[in-house]
Amino acid sequence: MSKNNEHVFEVIELCLLAGKIMLQSGAETYRVEDTMTRIAGALGIPNSHSYVTPTGIVFSTDDTNPAKLIRISERSTDLYKVTLVNGVSRKVSNGELTRQEAFEKLMEIEKANYTFPIYQQVLAASIASACFMIMFLGQWHDFFPAFITGGVGFLSFIFLQRVVQIRFFSEFLASLIIGVISMLFVKIGIGEQLDKIIIGSVMPLVPGLLITNAVRDLMAGHLVSGLSKGAEAFLTAFAIGAGIAVVFATMS
Amino acid sequence: MTMVITHLFTSFIAATSFGVIFNAPRKSLLRCGFVGMVGWIIYIILVNNHYDAIPASLISAVFISAISHIFAKIYRTPIIIFSVAGIIPLVPGGISYDAMRHFVLNDYNMAIQLAAKAFMISGAIAVGLVIAEVFFQLFMKAKHKITSRNT
Repeated sequence: MSKNNEHVFEVIELCLLAGKIMLQSGAETYRVEDTMTRIAGALGIPNSHSYVTPTGIVFSTDDTNPAKLIRISERSTDLYKVTLVNGVSRKVSNGELTRQEAFEKLMEIEKANYTFPIYQQVLAASIASACFMIMFLGQWHDFFPAFITGGVGFLSFIFLQRVVQIRFFSEFLASLIIGVISMLFVKIGIGEQLDKIIIGSVMPLVPGLLITNAVRDLMAGHLVSGLSKGAEAFLTAFAIGAGIAVVFATMS
Repeated sequence: MTMVITHLFTSFIAATSFGVIFNAPRKSLLRCGFVGMVGWIIYIILVNNHYDAIPASLISAVFISAISHIFAKIYRTPIIIFSVAGIIPLVPGGISYDAMRHFVLNDYNMAIQLAAKAFMISGAIAVGLVIAEVFFQLFMKAKHKITSRNT
């Protein structure tokens, strides 16, 4: 392989790695494409083409090199990683980082785990649930039930996602648990408005980001990404609704 | 008045907590809370003044997007960090959940109505985001032209 070909090949690797991390961390489609094109442009490949969908990235240059495909099977939301990759790409564009340095940085970012500890996430989910319950015009009386239900729901969601590998099933079970607990709170008499408690508690699970991103992608012309994100959002919402419905059907 | 203060308080905390769940950079957490607070307060005031949820979502999405663009420019971070935190309270999570519940309880009429409404609201949010983005880009272009003419 000639020297130039090797360079192009490694730049493609670098772009794909950056794109992969961003897409897995929940960045928007256009941002992923933009970042990859920018890195390639800064490293001497002005004409590159990328095709990004939520499940895979295809990247090719105008040269004779074959196009490369990368498969994305797991997606989560980790905005810190998006920020870090964005910083790397900015530095590459400004010429502050070489190809090799950028690649090492990205490998580091990919391996690292920057998420908050689980107990903090669960605490955040409980607080968010309770606050949402108030924001959706619930009563302060239901603050405590929503706090507990939201926390337990989110905790079981994280736990189930690790144990059960099937998507949507963990959402289904978590909302089932939320339904049961809030029903119990109301039956005991600690909680009052069942609907408000449930809506507040499922908020950490609801695919709000996905729905809006889907419409946003559709409007930007990324039709495939938009539709598949929409499908994912729909299935998640369906799973949550089904979990609650099971509770309603069996317990009331 | 107490209602506004309650909403300011709860929406700030809720948006910050969502920043934690989505693992936003730690420095940005309070800014996320601020964006979420402003978006929600605009929305709730409009809704309380008998606006429909759809135009209210659109208007507050415009504001959220504008603030997020400004923050993203100042702090040099991707805009999604701020816009997500701002939008989460607005997204029709509650309505889409309600729609799904009616679907599985065989109440299709109500379910379709709610689903259509959820779709319209998410569309309105997206349009609001795009409107602010277009204005921001025009503004940056104009600014760029002026500075390049002066030099």
